[in-house]
Amino acid sequence: MKRTGALLLLTACVALGAGIAQADVIGPPPVSDAAIRGEGFPAKLSEFAFFTQYRPQMPNRGVHPYTLNTPLWSDGADKLRFIYLPQGTQLAADGEGLLKFPVGAAIVKTFAFGEGADRKLIETRVLLHRVDGWVALPYRWNAEQTDATLALGGGRVDLTTPAGEAISYAIPNKNQCKTCHSKDGEVIPIGPKARNLAASWLGEMVREGALDRVPQGAGTLPVWSARKAGDPAAPLARAYLDVNCAHCHQPGGGASNSGLDLRWEQADPHAYGLMKRPVAAGRGAGDRDFSIVAGHPDKSILLYRMDSTEPGVAMPELGKSSVDTEGVAVVRRWIAEMK
Amino acid sequence: MNRLAFAAALLASAAASPLAAETHRVAPGEGGAERLQEALILAKPGDVIELGEGRFTLTDGLSLDVDRVTVRGAGMDKTVLDFTGQQGAGEGLLVTSDEVTLRDFAVENPKGDGIKSKGADNIVYHAIRVEWTGGPKETNGAYGIYPVESTGVLVQNSKVSGASDAGIYVGQSRDITVQGNVVEFNVAGIEIENSRGALVEGNVARRNTGGLLVFDLPGLPVMNGGSVILRGNAVKDNDTPNFAPKGNIVASVRRGTGVLVMANDGVLVEGNAFDNNPTAHVMVVAYVQPFEDPRYNPYARNVIVGANAFGRGGDDPQIEGKELLLAAFGGALPPVLWDGVAQGDTGLRVARGVTGWTLGLTRPGQSLEEARPGPLTLAPTESWTFPEVGAPKALAARVK
Repeated sequence: MKRTGALLLLTACVALGAGIAQADVIGPPPVSDAAIRGEGFPAKLSEFAFFTQYRPQMPNRGVHPYTLNTPLWSDGADKLRFIYLPQGTQLAADGEGLLKFPVGAAIVKTFAFGEGADRKLIETRVLLHRVDGWVALPYRWNAEQTDATLALGGGRVDLTTPAGEAISYAIPNKNQCKTCHSKDGEVIPIGPKARNLAASWLGEMVREGALDRVPQGAGTLPVWSARKAGDPAAPLARAYLDVNCAHCHQPGGGASNSGLDLRWEQADPHAYGLMKRPVAAGRGAGDRDFSIVAGHPDKSILLYRMDSTEPGVAMPELGKSSVDTEGVAVVRRWIAEMK
Repeated sequence: MNRLAFAAALLASAAASPLAAETHRVAPGEGGAERLQEALILAKPGDVIELGEGRFTLTDGLSLDVDRVTVRGAGMDKTVLDFTGQQGAGEGLLVTSDEVTLRDFAVENPKGDGIKSKGADNIVYHAIRVEWTGGPKETNGAYGIYPVESTGVLVQNSKVSGASDAGIYVGQSRDITVQGNVVEFNVAGIEIENSRGALVEGNVARRNTGGLLVFDLPGLPVMNGGSVILRGNAVKDNDTPNFAPKGNIVASVRRGTGVLVMANDGVLVEGNAFDNNPTAHVMVVAYVQPFEDPRYNPYARNVIVGANAFGRGGDDPQIEGKELLLAAFGGALPPVLWDGVAQGDTGLRVARGVTGWTLGLTRPGQSLEEARPGPLTLAPTESWTFPEVGAPKALAARVK
């Protein structure tokens, strides 16, 4: 009897030990495929479990951090980007363009301001690849930085940019997510194009089995943060315009009716603005006649609108409450050097 | 049931079960802007968003991306979306879904455009008011009511004033009816651009720089505008000095223009009442700027000016050398001004009794210095056929 009892105890200990060991292997709960694939809009970011620790943005298993060669500028926000792939799935390369995502994948982007311990998470935007297409949702971080709450209607946050400018930062509403993330009426990702991802990162993803191959043209966009004073302006400016403007300014995009096509691959100078007259710019034209006048940045509508924060004039229309002086400087140099 | 009250539950649940169309009431007041935008996002196809009487104060643009939704206020003078303090977005309200009905509310002082609908087929704007309340100013937004890249557009019984481009602008669209609207103190009252199959009927266009404009421009995704009828409109007192920002095509519209047809294939102007348009009641011209678009035809083709009531006009034209011209024509220019530029025999035709004058030019883009003004000497056209145009009938039926 006593012996049996000891045995039982032993068994229980073994079972407990195994349990502990198993928990160590499993770690925190995995990313919730149900939340990604389901039809609802989860009220809290934590319901997805993309992160094991929120404030430091520690990615969960299957969540791959990445960076872009030339990133979209958003009032100088620091951006933390992640791709989640469900177990047993992988990305597929499609030339230098957008990677193909399996259903159940998600793209996660957290916007933060401030350095080090002062870093404050403002919002996290998620793109969920569901059976019937992509869904874009914005989440706003709480003051304690423990979780973010769905902000379907968007919102505004007063903050100071890295440039020291006090702004009313706009969190987009769900529809505004689509304003940029849409082509021919469908929601699509914008950032993770092979040409704007480092070939080394893509290679790493292939080794991990998370990507089928490194395509031709990978990483061909210049690395914006590594640019130097004497670098040719054209590739930098064209990359900047592609990343910051072309999601709307392309055929099928939100600003297709303007006829202005700012995609990296657009080779026709008139299509990307040279001596192109405005269509529906209104006062956004700023008494200028053409999008771009070679050699004359100050006569170019494109630069005038980039250099403005006034609604009705400012471009991009969304996600910008201050001027990107570095972007303006590069585009200015490009137009000035244009023959 | 007010489903907004259940928003949280809805968010958490799948919410995919087919629900009967519902009416969501949104009242102005505390948090009104957020509640309104959330209602627009959470609406299901077929739902009605009912805006309460009063003033919604907005700092950001609104948007709607759900098909078959009706947004309905208590009246264009009772429910006001006030964008005076707008901080972001390019328009007051953006619609990107099909079969939407907007009715009985006002948009005031948007920083950019008033209401824009893009790629939004079969849209109805009914009894909408868009107004820049400070009067005509260059700093006003460009377009009041702005459907673009859409098939099936009905804009009726609405009112737009103060637009620094066009009050009602329909661009790159087809099957359009614009009827019973009042447009005043805009640069252009109503503008139909790069669009086909438009009926502009029974509107009042007054105190604009130009009343009704029909344009076809190069370099746009949708080209070859034409088949436009301007019928039964009152086009009068369009005497507001042009306040469009330079660079925009309408900045070239001369103060005192009633109807302006530029380029286009097939425009019929008949049964309108014109009065006191000091430059010209009707102007028909080719596109004059250089262009490289091989798809583009700069000529005004198959333009017919039928019987219209022409009152006083052409008596203070914004035209170089007006003193000489006025003297030559006995104090006032005749109602129709044509640049004389015709592609073959497809140029201007006029009904019996319609008088006018021509600049005597022969090719698009020719310098005005080469003009040889003289009376219009076209043989009158006795009859013509013109296609039926306009929005599908179902659109008007929707708001009955």
